[in-house]
Amino acid sequence: MTKVTMTVNGKAVSGDVEGRTLLSSFLREDQGLTGTHVGCDTSQCGACVVHVDGAAVKACTMLAAEADGANVDTIEGQSNADGSLNVIQQAFQDHHGLQCGFCTPGMVMSAAALLKDNPKPSETEVREYLEGNICRCTGYHNIVKAIMAASGQDVTAIAAE
Amino acid sequence: MYNFEVEKPGTLAEATAAMAGEDAQALGGGQTLIPTLKQRLASPAKLVSLSGVAEMQGISKDGDALRIGGATTHGAVAADGNYPALSALAAQIGDPAVRNRGTIGGSLANNDPAACYPAAALGSGATIITTNREIAADDYFQGMFDTALDEGEIVTAVSFPIPQAANYQKFVQPASRFALVGVFLAKYADGIRVAVTGASNEGVFRWAEAEAALGDDFSASALDGLSVPADNMISDLHGPAAYRAHLVKVMTGRAVTAAG
Ligand SMILES: Cc1cc2nc3c(=O)[nH]c(=O)nc-3n(C[C@H](O)[C@H](O)[C@H](O)COP(=O)(O)OP(=O)(O)OC[C@H]3O[C@@H](n4cnc5c(N)ncnc54)[C@H](O)[C@@H]3O)c2cc1C
Ligand code: FES
Ligand code: FES
Repeated sequence: MTKVTMTVNGKAVSGDVEGRTLLSSFLREDQGLTGTHVGCDTSQCGACVVHVDGAAVKACTMLAAEADGANVDTIEGQSNADGSLNVIQQAFQDHHGLQCGFCTPGMVMSAAALLKDNPKPSETEVREYLEGNICRCTGYHNIVKAIMAASGQDVTAIAAE
Repeated sequence: MYNFEVEKPGTLAEATAAMAGEDAQALGGGQTLIPTLKQRLASPAKLVSLSGVAEMQGISKDGDALRIGGATTHGAVAADGNYPALSALAAQIGDPAVRNRGTIGGSLANNDPAACYPAAALGSGATIITTNREIAADDYFQGMFDTALDEGEIVTAVSFPIPQAANYQKFVQPASRFALVGVFLAKYADGIRVAVTGASNEGVFRWAEAEAALGDDFSASALDGLSVPADNMISDLHGPAAYRAHLVKVMTGRAVTAAG
């Protein structure tokens, strides 16, 4: 076992991990942060997306040991300081961007990474950015709409298909 | 996954020393290796994480060549732009999260027959720089998942001569989004190079007839009389050998037109 220390959602945390411990396992099982979902565990679905030093990564495809010393942000850290939904989360609710909600943490974390680099993405850019986030429920349309709305763009013209 | 130790060297000297240990294996971005370990298809005693090796990071112009550190991510290459066709290729690998971790050294060491970077390296006549030596791309790729790398040898950088014009055309396999067929074409003062990925049972290869024809006449119609034999092409549920052989010509033509 080796000791790892990292900042998770602004708080310093540490724990003992095996070499093979995934970042997703460390967050969920050691830290109790079960908002990071594991949909496939084969690097395909994106339900486990978190930010490591600001970059979106699949937490099921990174070792906890590699995140030693890093700044990690998960869905649990996304709400506003008063506990209300942040602008992306609120837009998902307003535009019906989720059904079962399983993919939603990864969708929100990917959306946050996109909007940080590209504050006003086109619809095509949003769809391209979500290449690695799979949703079995919504058909993506309302997810794309929610992200466009969260970026402050008018989405009234984006009709349901 | 079987358990293993993780070592995180900060310098190339430390990484080389760590790789000398028994059953040590390099860890790049882990975007191929971690899924492989999960399937228990490998059982290293120790992973040597290369992401903290300072000498292996970054991209720099070196005369007419672009030198990319072996631990540089696909995302960093996509954002670079000094070699536009190469950046465009990197931007088409996987998805943003995969590109934030996966590295050029890992991709070239793995040499997946459907991977994108092998086409760019072979199509550009790149030089693969390792802990021991420099290997010309023409000598480096030795068949599916096989390279000239020795045990413990690390890809520390890759040097790409920047061409006058180049283009990568990727026909995506609909499930994996890897290349069903990908063609990288580059035009240099001394000739044209055409490298094909995704298609052959032998892994990435150069299409010599197209290189010669395009050297005489750099237009898609120069390929009209050519055909690619289907003998050694991959056949699977996504496309039979004859389909892949056909796609090689179609994608090469598109690459010529797009490169201008
Ligand atoms: C969902 C998904 C989609 C993908 N889509 C594509 C795609 O469209 N096109 C494509 O080309 N690839 C694709 N990939 C693969 C991706 O590009 C990987 O990043 C790449 O193949 C391996 O790079 P890595 O740095 O992650 O290497 P790792 O997974 O860490 O390692 C791979 C192998 O290389 C060895 N290795 C790693 N670094 C070095 C080094 N510097 N020197 C020597 N040996 C080394 C390791 O020991 C291991 O054997 C995809 C992957 C995923 C998960
Ligand atoms: S759980 Fe990580 S990509 Fe699906
Ligand atoms: S809302 Fe159910 S998987 Fe996306």
